[in-house]
Amino acid sequence: MDESQNDMIVQVKNLKMYFPITRGLLRRKVADIKAVDDISFEIKRNETMGLVGESGCGKTTTGRCVLRLYEPTSGSIIFTGHDISKMPERKIQRYRKDMGAIWQDPFGSLNPRQSAGGIVGDPLKVHHMADKSELKDKVAELFRIVGLDPDMMDRVPHEFSGGQRQRIGVARALACSPSLIICDEPISALDVSIQAQIINLLEELQEKLGLTYLFIAHDLAVVQHISDRVGVMYLGRIMEIADSWELYENPLHPYTKALLSAIPIPDPVAEKTRTRIVLKGEVPSPVAPPPGCHFHPRCQMAIPECSQARPPLRDVGNGHYVACIRV
Amino acid sequence: MALLDVQELQTYFHTEYGLVKAADKVTFHVNEGEIIGLVGESGCGKSVSILSVMRLIPSPPGETVGGKVIFEGKDLLKYQPNGREMRAIRGSKLTMIFQEPMTSLNPVLTVSRQLTETLELHLDMDKRAARERAIELLRMVGVPDAPRRIDDYPHQFSGGMRQRVMIAMALSCNPAVIFADEPTTAVDVTTQAQLLELMKDLVTRLNTSLVIVTHNLGVVARYAERIYVMYAGRIIESGRSEDIFGHPRHPYTVGLLNSVPRLGERHGTRKLIPIYGLPPNLINMPQTCAFLPRCTEKIGKCEKEPWPELRAVGDDHYISCYVDIKGK
Repeated sequence: MDESQNDMIVQVKNLKMYFPITRGLLRRKVADIKAVDDISFEIKRNETMGLVGESGCGKTTTGRCVLRLYEPTSGSIIFTGHDISKMPERKIQRYRKDMGAIWQDPFGSLNPRQSAGGIVGDPLKVHHMADKSELKDKVAELFRIVGLDPDMMDRVPHEFSGGQRQRIGVARALACSPSLIICDEPISALDVSIQAQIINLLEELQEKLGLTYLFIAHDLAVVQHISDRVGVMYLGRIMEIADSWELYENPLHPYTKALLSAIPIPDPVAEKTRTRIVLKGEVPSPVAPPPGCHFHPRCQMAIPECSQARPPLRDVGNGHYVACIRV
Repeated sequence: MALLDVQELQTYFHTEYGLVKAADKVTFHVNEGEIIGLVGESGCGKSVSILSVMRLIPSPPGETVGGKVIFEGKDLLKYQPNGREMRAIRGSKLTMIFQEPMTSLNPVLTVSRQLTETLELHLDMDKRAARERAIELLRMVGVPDAPRRIDDYPHQFSGGMRQRVMIAMALSCNPAVIFADEPTTAVDVTTQAQLLELMKDLVTRLNTSLVIVTHNLGVVARYAERIYVMYAGRIIESGRSEDIFGHPRHPYTVGLLNSVPRLGERHGTRKLIPIYGLPPNLINMPQTCAFLPRCTEKIGKCEKEPWPELRAVGDDHYISCYVDIKGK
């Protein structure tokens, strides 16, 4: 393994995740939902990779595949040099403790009948990383890291506020000292004034602990703020990947442009001078996506060739990749 | 003279834990053909305020105990919530667009039935005329193939399309004011852009006033002419949109604007400044300013004096704060 390989914490290659739609008594397969349709990307150690897109674009499915909560239909997921995409469950445990996950809903993702300390301590028990005597100390330490009072360990989730609950989620994700954390919409269920607290916490932890994030969200402003690189997804495919600033300054894909222009900015002066690209129609169904480029029916720049073949994600320099034949 | 003038509106909820002043001395007005924004976090009383204006507060536990809502020279609070006068205004001259179109449309009635009901009731149309008008309304809000889609049920529409149906319903009787309560929170950003542009076009064309209630500062920045910021049941700052976003004067508004990431900031260049602490619990609140525990600008007076009334700090710019921070 050469040096550059070592630097990659995750390499996703040609990942496909299809969910079958079955019908009838024999559960015959009639179609596939192509949630993730042949995507590739890499995450370097200590960087934040953002995945952004609207609901149903496959960003969450991608995250779950990387965690191997789903077994991908095809493609490979190379985590710290090991392909985990087809690995049997019992072997995966070893690698999974090196991954953490923070979920969107701080209400639904915590067991309401378990104490906060129990929730945070569970991963340590599962992976035999702490014996009984040291468990409590370790959990207390995790509480302190995420800014919670260790005295609150015995409380149950409903006794915490939304922001505090998300901190419990962060502490649980950190429990086994993972190198990679998948953050799936970690702030979208929180109040505006609380969101910044969690974003800052994630940024501080990254610096302190050398974490790598896969940050999945629909809010491009948030993703751009926290990420080094951003991938834009649409209907199961990556349309564009670039450094976060480059993506904002120089978006190439027509979908990225529309997405950027649709994000409201809290500044009336800037808003009044911006042109807004309003997309026509709606996102098509992932069961029968349009041929060729998935975006072409809604694209202002589409030409007949766009419906012929899938445009490859090509390198346009500076680590900027775009899947469009019109740029 | 304002089209709708809400003065010192007070809506309280009696709960088993104590009294909740969900809307406390809320004062705002809406001019003809104007778009205004009512902004705040969840639980700040923005929805309660407009539901009080519409007289839709469930009682018990809620009760509108004070204030005036002057519309067309009459005080709506003098009417019975379910009385004849209020029923004639609600859904006709004052209408609402709710956040979640799936739960606010009736799932067992066709879109046609739900649209024609208001038309028959308020405008006294016959069945055929109402149907024609309903189809026209659906076309107006951009539902493709309206004559056929009108007989569909809400679940056959996508989220964005359902919200268009809600907009059509709100527009059906040529209202004076439309209250949109988080109209785009349940949809994606590109759909949100579609819906907001549509609403803006329609209200401008029809000279209807629009009140956008939202927690998203960006949504109102583009469309609203004036903005009211609410916190813990009160309006704490109001003014023209450029002033609120360009020169906020209340520490909460400043904090809120500093805490959201903005598009187009280079990664790693600005650390967000969060507002520490939590929004207050509204049960049995102290007399002092509710933002006090989280405020970074507080002075000695804040701890002793009661929550200040709104005071003018500029042209059409009001804050309820003893401190006045200029600029950001």
